[in-house]
Parts: sequence; structure tokens; C-alpha cells
Amino acid sequence: MKNQNTVFFVRKEFAPSRPAPASTVGVLGWIRNNLFSTPFNSLLTVVVGGLGAWSIWGALDWLIFNAVWVGGNEACKANPNGACWTFIGTRFDQFVYGFYEKPERWRVDLVILVLFVGVFWTGWEKAPARRWAGGFMLILFPWIAWGMLYGGIFGLPIVETSQWGGFILTLVVSLIGIIVSLPLGILLALGRRSNMPIINSTCVFFIEFWRGVPLITILFMAAYVLPLFFPTGMNFDQLLRALIGFAFFAAAYMAEVVRGGLQSLDKGQYEAADSLGLSYWKSMRLIILPQALKAVIPGIVNTFIGLFKDTTLVLIIGLLDLLGMVHAAIADPNWSIRSVPTTGYAFVAITFFTFCYGMSRYSRFIEDKLNTGHQR
Amino acid sequence: MKKLFLSCLSIALLGGIAIAGGHEKGTLAAVKSKGHIQCGVSQGLPGFSNPDDQGNWSGLDVDYCRAMSAAVFGDANKVKYTPLSARARFEALRSGEIDVLARNTTWTMQRDATLGLEFVGVNYYDGQGFMVRKTLGVSSAMELDGASACTNTGTTTELNLTDFFRANGMQFELVAFERADEVVAAYDAGRCDVYTTDRSGLAAQRTKLSNPDDHKVLPEIISKEPLGPVVRQDDPQWADLARWTLNAMINAEEMGINSGNVDSKRSDSNPAVKRLMGTEGDLHEAIGVNNDWAYNIVKQVGNYGEVYERHVGANTPLQLGRGGTVNDLWTNGGLIYAPPVR
Repeated sequence: MKNQNTVFFVRKEFAPSRPAPASTVGVLGWIRNNLFSTPFNSLLTVVVGGLGAWSIWGALDWLIFNAVWVGGNEACKANPNGACWTFIGTRFDQFVYGFYEKPERWRVDLVILVLFVGVFWTGWEKAPARRWAGGFMLILFPWIAWGMLYGGIFGLPIVETSQWGGFILTLVVSLIGIIVSLPLGILLALGRRSNMPIINSTCVFFIEFWRGVPLITILFMAAYVLPLFFPTGMNFDQLLRALIGFAFFAAAYMAEVVRGGLQSLDKGQYEAADSLGLSYWKSMRLIILPQALKAVIPGIVNTFIGLFKDTTLVLIIGLLDLLGMVHAAIADPNWSIRSVPTTGYAFVAITFFTFCYGMSRYSRFIEDKLNTGHQR
Repeated sequence: MKKLFLSCLSIALLGGIAIAGGHEKGTLAAVKSKGHIQCGVSQGLPGFSNPDDQGNWSGLDVDYCRAMSAAVFGDANKVKYTPLSARARFEALRSGEIDVLARNTTWTMQRDATLGLEFVGVNYYDGQGFMVRKTLGVSSAMELDGASACTNTGTTTELNLTDFFRANGMQFELVAFERADEVVAAYDAGRCDVYTTDRSGLAAQRTKLSNPDDHKVLPEIISKEPLGPVVRQDDPQWADLARWTLNAMINAEEMGINSGNVDSKRSDSNPAVKRLMGTEGDLHEAIGVNNDWAYNIVKQVGNYGEVYERHVGANTPLQLGRGGTVNDLWTNGGLIYAPPVR
């Protein structure tokens, strides 16, 4: 018989928890689990990592470390194995303004400044009078900007659109496309779902026509075939014709994106709106469209980004956008150096990426903000 | 329904064509009233038309447009440029978007006879050539049997190349790219033995090679590419003005008139010079310009030789020396020849 007083060990507190084995936690553990879990994976990691590091190093070396930053074309001729940023530096004004008259370039600067301030004002949630800023940017700004750029108002001299070019042209074409295509696309989508046969068939015809023709064809027709049908002496601006083509083309795509959103809504939403006694426009504005548009934000932004990149196609109608300007500048025999074309294209790629990625991030931000349980 | 739509469409099209058919006002009058010449140029061809560092268009074709402006307005700067792709150039001219096309356009029978256009002369005689590495040990294009050739897609260069090899019973492998930069990069990287394009293009791209001195241009020229300005066929007066602008530049060179001495040449006693300088005769009236039209061309733009040397000559990066080539004056054994002003 055991002694009654024998006291078994009773633990009163938890043993201090020890850290997990070093090999399974932290950076090391993550690396071990994800990159080197099997010999084959280890091999894959080494090979892919090596290739990645090698190409990134090569790109950085070419773009930055070995690049020519100062001097003229002679400096680039002396070092053909690195990017020739002096080419971009010398031609920067051309790439931004195209052939816009030099004394009038402050107008472009002003428009770009207002544009960026306006976009940030509208985009930043805590800004005061945000609604007014948004309304101004969407409704008034395009007209004011056109007036500023083209001239003829406030006593500004006219700068023909044939002299526009470079980045400002890219901005004008894509922004007009974006601003026009969204409302027009929404109207077309609503029209396509309408029960009224004339509205319905008009919208279907419009969408299918503009969506069924390649953008290049539309631009070509707008630029060179339409004038053949005009009476002699009647003519309207070539850029304007291209802009209309762009906007309609984008609107047709936008309509289908929005229609997707409309169709994703439960029938009950429509019925609920009807049972509240709301008129058609009120039910659309207050119940249907807010939900439908929210559901298709990625699709809308996708169309915007596509539109932004499609602006380079104005090249075929004799307008030089950013890419076209770089393309033309490369042909200067004084800059006929091996590194110049690649540098030019790298510059264009970086610019386009910055803007497209910006748009994409903003769309993610809006999605997160409006996320009320629909995100999957 | 479909029938109705189709008939509506065709009526609309016919109506449009009928209206567009009648150009009542001449091009010259239209140009004078709008105050500038709209000139179609290349979207960037070294030495022919490209924007310079100051953002002005510059080149052989560009200077032709400036010469026309000098003839019409007495001011070489009243030109606006429309950079055109090869595809769009003829449509742009026919639709009236541009007044004259100076875009290194090859004069061919098909283009002249079927497009409703008129070539007014030749401002550069180009031709397709070959560039090879010196290490290839080839001295003639006839030795290129079995070679791989880099060139641009969809241009006459590709067709000329095929014709040349077929005519000589030789085999070749085509390596074609969309853009000149890609072609030259591929050739530089050793993807092909031969780089073929127009001679002026070879000269322009050569400086982009890693070691330009390791390459040479073969003597053969396998195609005729007479490049010249083009106008619409429906306006003979404008075509004459375009033609004599070019002829005036060539005649001025032949008579030794250049932008430096043109002021003194105005009082020259030589009757041919007097007729060109407009101090004698009234031929300028027939083409609708002032009598100092040729003076303004030479004074503000230069004669043909000056323009050539400025943009593509031996002292430019293109280094297309003129002596002994077809682009020299006829008096020096070349093909640059202009009918007399009389």
C-alpha cells in the first residue's frame, strides 16, 4: 500500500510553449516548404530563380547601370550596349506634345495639371466637394479641355488637331473614349434589354455593327473613306472623326459588359423595384444599375485599359500618338544607333504600364470599397 | 426588310460618290484659301522624312514639300505634314486629306495608271541591294545560292527578292519581319546571311549594327525604285506646279544657282537663268504662282544638290555619296535631269 502522503505531480500551469522547429517557421520554413520540398522542386527553384535573376540583372544593367544618361548622340554612339536615355531626354517635349506649337504648350500643361488634380480629387474619398469635382470632370472638363487644346475660345489661337501628337494625343483619345463610352454603353445595354422593338433592334444593330468591325477598319473608313461621301468643301476634323469611331467602338463593348451585369441581377430585384412603384428610370438609377455596375467593375476597367492601349492605332490615320512619335523619332539618321529603338520602345512600355497599372489598382480599390458581400 | 436596307445603302453610296466626283475648285485655289499645303510624308524614314531634335520635320521629301510651299506662298514654312503608312497613303491623297504625297513612293505603271494619281517626277533613284558580312566571303549577289535573307514582310522588297533568286535559279530562305528595327536586329544577331532592302535603307540601318565595318553592300541592285512626289490626276494645273517645283530645283543645280548665290543670279544675263529666276517671260502665270517662285524655292530651300547633301549625302549619317551614282546630275553621268524652263 502506498503512502497516503505521496503526492503525484500535478501541473498547475501550462508548460511554456516552445517555438516550432526552426526549419518549419519563418522565412526559412516557408522557403523549405514552398521552394525546396522535394529534390525536383529544389532543382526547379534553382533553375527558374537563376534565370529570373539573370534576366532581371540583364535588364537593370541595360536600363540603368550601363545606360547613357548625359551627353548627346555621340555619347550613345560610344556606348551601344546600354539604354540611350539622352535620346528620350532630347525628345521628351516631342513625345509629350507632338508637333503642338511651342508658344502654346502651356495650354497642354494646364489641361494635364487640371486633369490630374481633378482625377485625384474625385478619386480620393475624403476630399471635400467630391461630388462637384466629379461632375465637373465628367461633364464640363472635356469641353473646356477641348477648347483649351484646340483654341478659338478666350481668344486663344487655334492649334489644328493635325499638330497634336505624342502623349497628349494618347490622353485625349483615350479619355474621350472613356468618358463617352461608359454612359453610351449603359444606355445601349438598357436599350438592348428593352421590350420596345425599335429601341431594342436599333441598339442590337448598333452594338453588333461596331463590335463586328475591326477598329482599324473603322479608323480607316473614318479617315479616308467618309470624306469621299461628303459634298465638296464640307469636311470636319479628322481627329474628331477618329474620336467618334473610337467612342462608338468602345461603347459597343461597354454595352455588352454592362449587359452582363444587368443579367447577373436576380429577377427579384427588378420585381422589387416595380412593386415599390418606381418609374423605369428611378428603378434603374436607384436599384438596378448600382448593383449591376458594381458587379462588372473589372470588365469596365478592362475595356478602359484596352481602349487606352488601342489608341496607338491612330497611327494608321496619320496621327502620331506616343508610340507613333517615338517610332518617327527613331528614324532620325542622327540617332541611328543600335540602342535607340529599344530605348524608345522601353520608354513607351514603361509609360503605358504605369497608366494601365494605375487604372487597374484603382479598380481594385473601388471594388474593395464597394464590396458588400458579393465578392467571391 | 433586308432588301430595303440594301437599296437604301446603295442609294446613299451612289449619291455620295456622285457628290464627291465633282471637284469644282482647283487644288491651288483651295491651298491658297486655307493658307498651307497639306503634305503626306513617311511616318519616319531616315533622310527622307523624320522629326529632328527641335520637333520639325526634316528630310529629302520634306524639303520637296517646303519647296512647293515656297513656290506657292513665297514662304517655305507653310506646310503641314500628315505622316502616312504605306497602306493609307494613296487613299489619303485621293480623298483630299492631303494635297501632295512626298512619301518615298515608287513610281510604277500600276500606281500611275490605275489609281487616278499622277507621278510628277523622281526625286531619288533607289534600288534594292544586299548587305552581307565580310566574313561570308561573297563579292557578288550571284554567289548567294542557299543563303538566308532578312527582310520586311509585305513590301515589294520581298517580291523583288523572290524574283531575283528565281530568275537566277538560286535557292534562298526568307526570314521576314514586320519592322525595319526587327530586321536589322535579326541580321545583327546572325539569324540570316543577307540583309536586303532599298539601298538608302541599308545605309540608314547600317549604323545600328554592332560593328558596321564588318559588313559590306554588294554591287548588285536588283530592282528599280524611282521615288517621287504624287498628286491627284484630276487637277492638271496643280500637277504642273508640283512637277515644275522639282524641275526648278534640278535646273537650279544644273545652272549653278544655290541658296548662297541666288540673289546675285537674279541679275544674271544668261537667258535660261533669267527665265528660271522669273526676270524674263511669264511662264509662272501658267502654273498660277508669282514670278519669283523659283527664286523663293532656291533661296529658302536650296537646289536639288543642296537638299540631297543636307539629308542623305556623304556628310550625313547615311553617307550616300552622290558622285558616280544615278542620283548625280545628268551632266555628271547620273539620271537627275529636268526639262528646260522655256
